[in-house]
Amino acid sequence: MLNDGSDRLKDRLTEIVEGEPGKYSLGLQKIFDQESKNRIDRTVIFTGANTPGKIAGSNKLRGAINRYIEDRKIDADVAQTGTLGLYSEEPVISIQLPGRTRVFYTCVNEDDISMLLDDLFHHTLPEEKLLGQLRNEAHDPWPDVPFLDELPFFAKQHRVLLKYSGIIDPVSIDEYISRGGYRAFLLTIRNYTIDEVCAMIEESGLRGRSGSAFLTGRKWIVARETAAEQKYMVCNAEESDPGAFMDRALMEGNPHQLIEGICIAAYAIGATKAIIYIRSEYRDSIFKLETAIKKAHEYGILGHNIFSSGFNLDISLRKGPGAFVCGEETALIASMEGKRGMPQSKPPYPTERGYHNNPTVVNNVETLCNIPHIIGNGPEWFKRTGTVYSPGTKIFSVSGRSWHKGLVEVQMGTDLGMLVNEIIGGSRRGHELKAVHIGGPYGCMIPPQKMNIPICFEAFKKEGFILGAGGILVLDEKTCIVDLVKYFMTFMKQQSCGKCIPCREGTKRISELLDEITRKTADLDQHDAIEKFRALVQLEKLAAVMLDTSLCGLGQLAPNPLRSSLKYFREEFEEHIFDRNCRSNVCRELRTYYIDVELCTGCTICAKRCPENAIIGTEKHPFFIVSDKCTGCGICREVCKFSAVSYN
Amino acid sequence: MDRIDRILQDFQHVNRDALIPILQAVQNEIGHLNSEAIEKIGDHLHLPASKVYGLATFYNQFAFQARGKYHIRVCDGSTCHIDHSPHLLRQFHKLLGIGDGETTRDGMFSIEVVACLGACGQSPVISINDDFYHSIKSGMINDILDDIRMKNP
Amino acid sequence: MVRIEVNSRTIEALKGQTILEALINNGIQVPTLCSLPELSPTGACRMCVVEVEGMDKLVPACSFPVKEKMKIKTHSGRVLQARKMNVELLLSSHPDDCLYCERNGNCELQKLAEDLNVRSRNISGERRGYKIDGSSSSIIRDPSKCILCGRCVRICEEIAGVAAIDFGRRGDRLKIVTAMNEPLDFSSCIDCGMCLLSCPTGALADKTSLQELDRPLDDPATKVAVQYTPEVVVSLADEFGIRTGTDMQGIINSVLRRIGFDYVFETSSGAEIAVMEQSNAFLERYGKNDHRPLILSRCPAWVNYVEKFRPELLSYMVPVRSPHQIIGRLIKGWFAEENSIPVNRICSVLITNCSAAKHEASREEYYSDNVPDIDYVLTTREFARLIRLHGINIHELEHEDTDEPFQAKGSAGKLFSVAGGELEATLRTLYRHFNGKELPDPRLGKLRKSGGIREESIVVPGGEIKAVAISGLGNAAEIAKLIADKEYNFDIIEVMACGGGCINGGGQPIPGDPERLKARIKTIYDADKNSGIRTAHGNTAVNGLYDSLGFLPGSEESRNKFFTHIKAVKVLK
Ligand SMILES: Cc1cc2nc3c(=O)[nH]c(=O)nc-3n(C[C@H](O)[C@H](O)[C@H](O)COP(=O)(O)O)c2cc1C
Ligand code: SF4
Ligand code: SF4
Ligand code: FES
Repeated sequence: MLNDGSDRLKDRLTEIVEGEPGKYSLGLQKIFDQESKNRIDRTVIFTGANTPGKIAGSNKLRGAINRYIEDRKIDADVAQTGTLGLYSEEPVISIQLPGRTRVFYTCVNEDDISMLLDDLFHHTLPEEKLLGQLRNEAHDPWPDVPFLDELPFFAKQHRVLLKYSGIIDPVSIDEYISRGGYRAFLLTIRNYTIDEVCAMIEESGLRGRSGSAFLTGRKWIVARETAAEQKYMVCNAEESDPGAFMDRALMEGNPHQLIEGICIAAYAIGATKAIIYIRSEYRDSIFKLETAIKKAHEYGILGHNIFSSGFNLDISLRKGPGAFVCGEETALIASMEGKRGMPQSKPPYPTERGYHNNPTVVNNVETLCNIPHIIGNGPEWFKRTGTVYSPGTKIFSVSGRSWHKGLVEVQMGTDLGMLVNEIIGGSRRGHELKAVHIGGPYGCMIPPQKMNIPICFEAFKKEGFILGAGGILVLDEKTCIVDLVKYFMTFMKQQSCGKCIPCREGTKRISELLDEITRKTADLDQHDAIEKFRALVQLEKLAAVMLDTSLCGLGQLAPNPLRSSLKYFREEFEEHIFDRNCRSNVCRELRTYYIDVELCTGCTICAKRCPENAIIGTEKHPFFIVSDKCTGCGICREVCKFSAVSYN
Repeated sequence: MDRIDRILQDFQHVNRDALIPILQAVQNEIGHLNSEAIEKIGDHLHLPASKVYGLATFYNQFAFQARGKYHIRVCDGSTCHIDHSPHLLRQFHKLLGIGDGETTRDGMFSIEVVACLGACGQSPVISINDDFYHSIKSGMINDILDDIRMKNP
Repeated sequence: MVRIEVNSRTIEALKGQTILEALINNGIQVPTLCSLPELSPTGACRMCVVEVEGMDKLVPACSFPVKEKMKIKTHSGRVLQARKMNVELLLSSHPDDCLYCERNGNCELQKLAEDLNVRSRNISGERRGYKIDGSSSSIIRDPSKCILCGRCVRICEEIAGVAAIDFGRRGDRLKIVTAMNEPLDFSSCIDCGMCLLSCPTGALADKTSLQELDRPLDDPATKVAVQYTPEVVVSLADEFGIRTGTDMQGIINSVLRRIGFDYVFETSSGAEIAVMEQSNAFLERYGKNDHRPLILSRCPAWVNYVEKFRPELLSYMVPVRSPHQIIGRLIKGWFAEENSIPVNRICSVLITNCSAAKHEASREEYYSDNVPDIDYVLTTREFARLIRLHGINIHELEHEDTDEPFQAKGSAGKLFSVAGGELEATLRTLYRHFNGKELPDPRLGKLRKSGGIREESIVVPGGEIKAVAISGLGNAAEIAKLIADKEYNFDIIEVMACGGGCINGGGQPIPGDPERLKARIKTIYDADKNSGIRTAHGNTAVNGLYDSLGFLPGSEESRNKFFTHIKAVKVLK
């Protein structure tokens, strides 16, 4: 890591706050340039220190790079960054030679390193795996290399919160400060009253990015106005919806941004204690936040009498032991109090009686990351992006069967089709987009014909969809809608806390029924089929009651995937029930297996291994599958050495 | 002094808030929770054993059975799911003869299904202890297991 | 005062009240499953949902506060549909064995299904194949019938102060569990039966021996003796729709004879023997500072509690048998001998308000020569079932007398039914001992106040005896700590595990609501007021018993007969 521990800006915070960006003394500006790597005198090689990068092998890359440098005694630094957000192209590395712009390579593996670096140190750019270069006015660009911000993936995004993710060293407080960080907070505690801060946030129209869409300023004002000895600011970093990883990227890519947001929020509600409730699996985020908090303490940004303002603040971390429902704010508070994570009835709201009955504001990571930008640039600046009802940007985590996977930050109000087709490049090559599913396990299936809606809280609400935390799952013809709905319902039934009847029993009943219709039951006759269909229709009524009576959002929204797909993909359900057919060939029990008489040598292995004794025949002659007995387990296909077993 | 007592020493003058951190520390140390741990932690925090047990069973992280030397996590997040992680899982079940949350009799392997490992870009993903394997095809599983067995003759 | 509009009528509510409280005060009913007045609300069952104008979802009445000008609909189509659907959901995986269920006819789920007009199975789900936990000698748990309302969990923690059970796991696998999922008998459960009283369904039920009772009753060679406690006398009425609190003693006697019991006894003379014994024990210890205070131990659930949770208190306890076990001992011993019945030809049955008495009867200390002192224990509820089983029309019976020698001649023993009553009876006798005369007013008013902790003292030469009666183990746990830390200087302490005393015992009719409780208590106090014999020492019947036995209270022999043994028991707690 570059200059770690040098604390070069520690004693210059006053100078930074009192000065004006762009007009700093030359000495200070020089530190800024060096820390933000605007100007460097040694080569820097950046690797990804973040979860997707690590899983894709960035640790091994780092080893290879270090070995390369040591072997050849090259004068270069190896630095770490968060993720650029191109998950499907991890691991990403970037190299900056003195005087040149930084270039990025994707999908790099260990064996590429020596060739790549050999070339680079000879000032030639290998084209293979080259992504682009980072725009930097101070340096000569590489010829014929696209700038990152010209690539389709980045060009149409509007990156504010993710601006520095994948670029900066996430744990370097000096780099964060060099890029203007902590100015907003220090200005706030110097110049603004807490009422002014709340008013600014309310004025900005920022809404909760967890999907709650609740006005953040309004929430703060309630907590501020509730009289109490102690108040708490809680940052909700539970993020356990499958397919959601924006909060993690924010924490891994730029943890100080979050810390600053928490600082301002705590100040605004009068809290001297802030807690980050983070799921324990996020080990890298935990490490980075802990480091960032420690540094902030050293710099006097946290602690007692911060910056002589009289304001005190401590931030601590709580590691959530794994339960989706603990993302719900009252369950989260119960969990912090050492209880089972069961949600509580609201009212009373946490802003009035939360953690240990004290006023507590719970905000999402992304919401809080917006705060320094709003305070720094003013609410008017914030309102210029997004829509009137939902100003600002929103980060989406895209996964599934899309061309690119990763993080996309766009203005609210951006056309969904544009995001799907242009930014992430639609479905995988050769496959056809079937639907996108937005909002995590309680999100909705959006069919192609609805793809032109703007992404914002109000438009989604009007259509009966939800944005949720912002997980987007792209589906193609290889995905079975029924199977996916079953998957979500099973997830919900396991993750429900089980406290209230509609949610506990409702999710169970729905997943049972879906399980049945994707299963081979020996004799589903026409009457049974109609019964099943009737039961399915009954589920729509059940879904309405779940929405109406469940205690918390989990039970209320759980039927969303079912409701939306019954609306737009009803024929797939009907096919499963009446034709006993899964068009995507996912529901394996509905497959019809057969043996190709041409290919079968009569070796008998399949008949011996079939657990249902569904394969008959005589040795050395072609065998047959009795489809009535076959349960579609697929073992025959796996064991056949002659590829004679197929299904349709 | 025994390992649990030593951990409890680090948590002096704490209230119920510390229950989860203590359980996490104990599980880290001994690998899983047992009745001795439940009782000692309850005594330490003046909480009924039933409450400690009830809480521990609520959360995914806490296990009451020793995990295998090699703990296999199969990601069944949404992306991995549509990229056929259930198929991988069945494969593991078949090859190891155990179900989710179980440990093989020789104590070598245990399987856990997790909601999202966080590598949706390279689905489907599994992890074995601290190593990640991405873009898995079902044919690779046998080799992965064989590799491990070779290292542990 | 807040004015709210309910179903287009304006009603008044207090500020800070929940909607449910306001509705109840105004006589408007909405169904509830998870809430009980004495417990903290959780809002879990969603049965109490109502429509509030301006709210986009239904709100739970039990936890939602009233607001001025709020407009509420309690029975709109939307509300009814929601309630019905939720009941249907519960039924969809419920074992369909109402006809065989202990709570058939007295089940809140059944009643809700009936009230909401559930007439067909619209949703069917998988049954939960849980095993029945029959390990405990008092309580059977059938998790398949559990609707997870959590009342038992909260009762056990908040009222009983034991917390033997909690919710375990979550979601579709949510279940009520003991620590480490041990069978109930190996848990910290003290058998008080509070959970039994609170359970809306048959998930918690008496471990019953009704059927086994047929054998001795049918066998002409076996003499069957039965004793019933005074609590049963004043609560049986509730099982038969007779005015709450009616004294049923005479009827009970004739019922029992009709069923075929050979000897019909009442327990309170056992209580008065206990008064004599513990008074003597007190005298022995009084003045010697080492072992004060003296803790009474006649509540079997309290004994379990001390053994499991507070063994350091064991030395304070006088291990006098509980009244019914005193009688039980006498029936199998002295009485059988007197009447020349061989021990293997006499069967002893107890009908009681107390769940823990079942566990108590199974303890080895209550076996003499491998024969239990009490063979079968029935709760008040099981007794009612026994009556119905024998097709007896209780409304048409004449009063009859209890058999000699265990009759309820005095009222001191009856007082044992209510919290503070055992102490009241004992203090009457102690006063007489110390002062040589009777208490001027035998009614010790401070012990009759409501509340879980009641303090009283009597004057004795050179000072006073300070006494405290505690009921509800939630309260006892606190006090027990103080005693252990020697921060209390009481001389004598009574503890009843059940709140309000035995009258509210775990074996009593369900529901055990506070109004019923009050009426029963009144009957007991009235009996005391009108009784000519209000002290144990003044009860000639009791003295007569000692005479026949041939020893004195407090003697070596009486110790052998009437004392038991209590010891520390290790459980996960
Ligand atoms: C089942 C459930 C899960 C939730 N999970 C999360 C989560 O993982 N992260 C989060 O920030 N909010 C989550 N929420 C929303 C929180 O309850 C709460 O509204 C949020 O933290 C408020 O933050 P915001 O106002 O900044 O959006 C969840 C809500 C429900 C009902
Ligand atoms: S809706 Fe589901 S998760 Fe929420 S309180 Fe009810 S049971 Fe628990
Ligand atoms: S056992 Fe009875 S009281 Fe306890 S949760 Fe189940 S239904 Fe409710
Ligand atoms: S009584 Fe209100 S939710 Fe159960």
